[in-house]
Amino acid sequence: MKKLFVLCLTVLFLFSLGAVAGAKTLKVGLDAGPVSQDPQVQLSGGMLQFSHWVFDPLVRYAQDMSFEPRLAEKWERIDALTMRFYLRKGVKFHSGNPFTAKDVQFTFNRFYESPDFKGLFEPFDGCHIVDDYTVDIKTKKPYALLINMAPYIFPLDSKFYTGKDETGQPKDAVVKIGPSFALKNESGTGAYKVTEWEQGAKYVFDRFADYWDKNCPGNVDKIILTPIKEDATRVAALLSGDVDFISPVPPQDFKRIRSDKKAKMVTVSGGRIITVQLNQKRRAEFKDVRVRQAIVHAINNEGIVKKIMKGTATTAGQQGPKGYLGYDPALVPRYDLKKAKALMKEAGLENGFECTMIAPNNRYVNDEKIAEAMVVMLSKIKIKVNLKTMPKAQYWDEFDAQAADMQLIGWHSDTEDSGNFSEFLTMCPNKETGYGQYNSGNYCNPKIDELTMAAQSETDLKKRTAILQEIEKILYDDAAFVPFHWQNHSYAGKNKVGIKHIVNTMNFPYFGDLVYK
Amino acid sequence: MFAFIVRRIIQAIFVMLVISLVGFVIQQQIGDPVRDLVGERVTPAEREVIRDQLGLNDPFYTQYFRFVINACKGDLGLSFFYKKPALEVIVSKAPATIELVLVTALILILVSIPAGIYAAIYPKSWFSRIVMAASTVGVAIPVFLTAIALIYLFAVELNWLPSYGRGETVNLWGWESGFFTWDGLKHLILPSASLSSIMLPLFIRLVRAEMMEVLETEYIKFAWAKGLHRQRVWYVHAFKNTLLPVITVFGVQLGILFAFTILTETVFNWHGMGYMFLEAVERSDTSLLVAYLVVVGVIFVVVNTIVDIVYGFVNPMVRIAGTK
Repeated sequence: MKKLFVLCLTVLFLFSLGAVAGAKTLKVGLDAGPVSQDPQVQLSGGMLQFSHWVFDPLVRYAQDMSFEPRLAEKWERIDALTMRFYLRKGVKFHSGNPFTAKDVQFTFNRFYESPDFKGLFEPFDGCHIVDDYTVDIKTKKPYALLINMAPYIFPLDSKFYTGKDETGQPKDAVVKIGPSFALKNESGTGAYKVTEWEQGAKYVFDRFADYWDKNCPGNVDKIILTPIKEDATRVAALLSGDVDFISPVPPQDFKRIRSDKKAKMVTVSGGRIITVQLNQKRRAEFKDVRVRQAIVHAINNEGIVKKIMKGTATTAGQQGPKGYLGYDPALVPRYDLKKAKALMKEAGLENGFECTMIAPNNRYVNDEKIAEAMVVMLSKIKIKVNLKTMPKAQYWDEFDAQAADMQLIGWHSDTEDSGNFSEFLTMCPNKETGYGQYNSGNYCNPKIDELTMAAQSETDLKKRTAILQEIEKILYDDAAFVPFHWQNHSYAGKNKVGIKHIVNTMNFPYFGDLVYK
Repeated sequence: MFAFIVRRIIQAIFVMLVISLVGFVIQQQIGDPVRDLVGERVTPAEREVIRDQLGLNDPFYTQYFRFVINACKGDLGLSFFYKKPALEVIVSKAPATIELVLVTALILILVSIPAGIYAAIYPKSWFSRIVMAASTVGVAIPVFLTAIALIYLFAVELNWLPSYGRGETVNLWGWESGFFTWDGLKHLILPSASLSSIMLPLFIRLVRAEMMEVLETEYIKFAWAKGLHRQRVWYVHAFKNTLLPVITVFGVQLGILFAFTILTETVFNWHGMGYMFLEAVERSDTSLLVAYLVVVGVIFVVVNTIVDIVYGFVNPMVRIAGTK
């Protein structure tokens, strides 16, 4: 009996192999997988990647950071507060329902039910339906970043998510931990639909036959995503041919993959800045701009990028990377040990002092090694640093409690705009407004606050650029924080996988467009 | 016997309470599970609301009693990451680990016994020397290094075996098994080989030492004197008595083997209980952690009880404590 059963299964398995022989399957190994099927339940890189595969945003970023029409065909500003979006016609959801303005409104309103997204959409006033294929999105005040928020709007199928599930819970409920309808079911407009979901272990996506984008070059019929957390295992899986695409690639393996004939690697400069904040409330020394400058001058950014990051990072002297409005090419890294020593002497601290530092050890690429390098570099200007590193699960509580004098943090701008860095990292910490939430250095300059707020509502591009550049200049002169570098994203795949055309600064590989020869 | 079992059950309940209490104390130190549920931008106030909803802000004893009462009903809480009952998650991950340990145990038996016997009978042969030297090296190399070396050799360089995961599995009455497909069996080779590498040296040495000792005893000398065939002396008379201590040690080491699956499963991306445990620590999925500790505790108590009972049956010289 058992034997017969196994035999039947084997035969079935062989048949299924035969059936998909002509179809293209892409096996993907990422460091982590999406945490749910509900694109609005968590605001994280992994969930946004997933949203781009299974859902489609109104607009998305192209490789050159311009906005590319997706479910919105075009858009125009009709007054200081309003942007009008003209929606694509003939788009179908995975459930078969047609996509209309109602779905956009439904999705927009649902943001306010999600603890992760409600803050991001706080400046907005609402989404108003003009007709079946036109919506107006309004803000409370003139808001320069209205269009920058459109890539977050991944329309959900309003009909599909309306009603109650078998437990009597509304289907559109935003639930953090189980059970809920939206966590386990999806109906988006994206190129792929979910066919198998084994949380944290294996995800299978099938190409959606009625996908609206007929010009899409993508030719992969099935994606099998396996999270492979261990760096060495992920690289080995690619080199042995068990997967076709991996990301991220650990810097220590760049050489190995580049030298492999069957695999290739692509890196894309990213927008995440790695910084260390110097807490002025805990250490009187850090109130002195000369001491802060001395520390910044003692950091050899170039060396860290070369030795620790193996070249896959861009040295930074400011918050926002090249391509952002506030970027000022004159603000370069300042490594100069002699000057650093002189500054310490000037501040009367040529004998240095002792202080504490914390850093995560599994949050950013080589975060622990970067922190260790900083300790060594600061010892040259006689600052003795007692470093403690810990996993991210414990780190953020310590960070919030400001448990050490120096704290490492990386930041990527949600809006792909310079202003976001200042809002969270360098504005005066204010519990009521929430600005400066991650400013553990307690650097506080009213001028920065004033300029950042002005940039928010300035819709004139030229004036806005000037304001944002001024912010960067002030922070540079004040040595408000210690900049290290902008992390690159790294991908590797078999030669036949067209990685180059689907990757971007945001680290959202658009698998829908992937060509697999 | 009945009194013994009742006493064991009472002990087990006490052990469970202690384990769950320890688990609860640890979980306070591991980090905030809400951090992993929300994006980094979420304000502290929003996080507090979620903590309240999940009951994480209640006093320690309230949380603990709630847990104990639910646990009595068979509910060990919801896993934060899997968004499912923790017990269900653990049960779904168990087959992977059990199969890995089974195959490893099989390798241990099939390799260590012949190798150990050979090394005991011919201690001076070159093969014995090589086995002994290799086992010394084997003890010294950590399991993740063995695992990575094996992956690089057999998966990357030679391309004979798959590098990660369980491969094709067959669902037999709810048990996801890798035993019934060629692919599944191929995926088992490297992980079980690296896992057995930790215990193999120990067992070879144990079998060898025990066998050598037995070969020196009076009754073996008597067997020689009787003129028995040497095959019979070695494999029947001597080997039988070598086995008893080996079985005892094997029982104890099986538990340790489960502990070592944590490292092996991580390197091979093997989605069993060990991998789940490590991920739960990293994600501070505290409810899953506590549930795991309780489940493992139950398994150990049950296995030990069975071993004690069986031992009494097998060896009449051992009396179960407390019975007359």
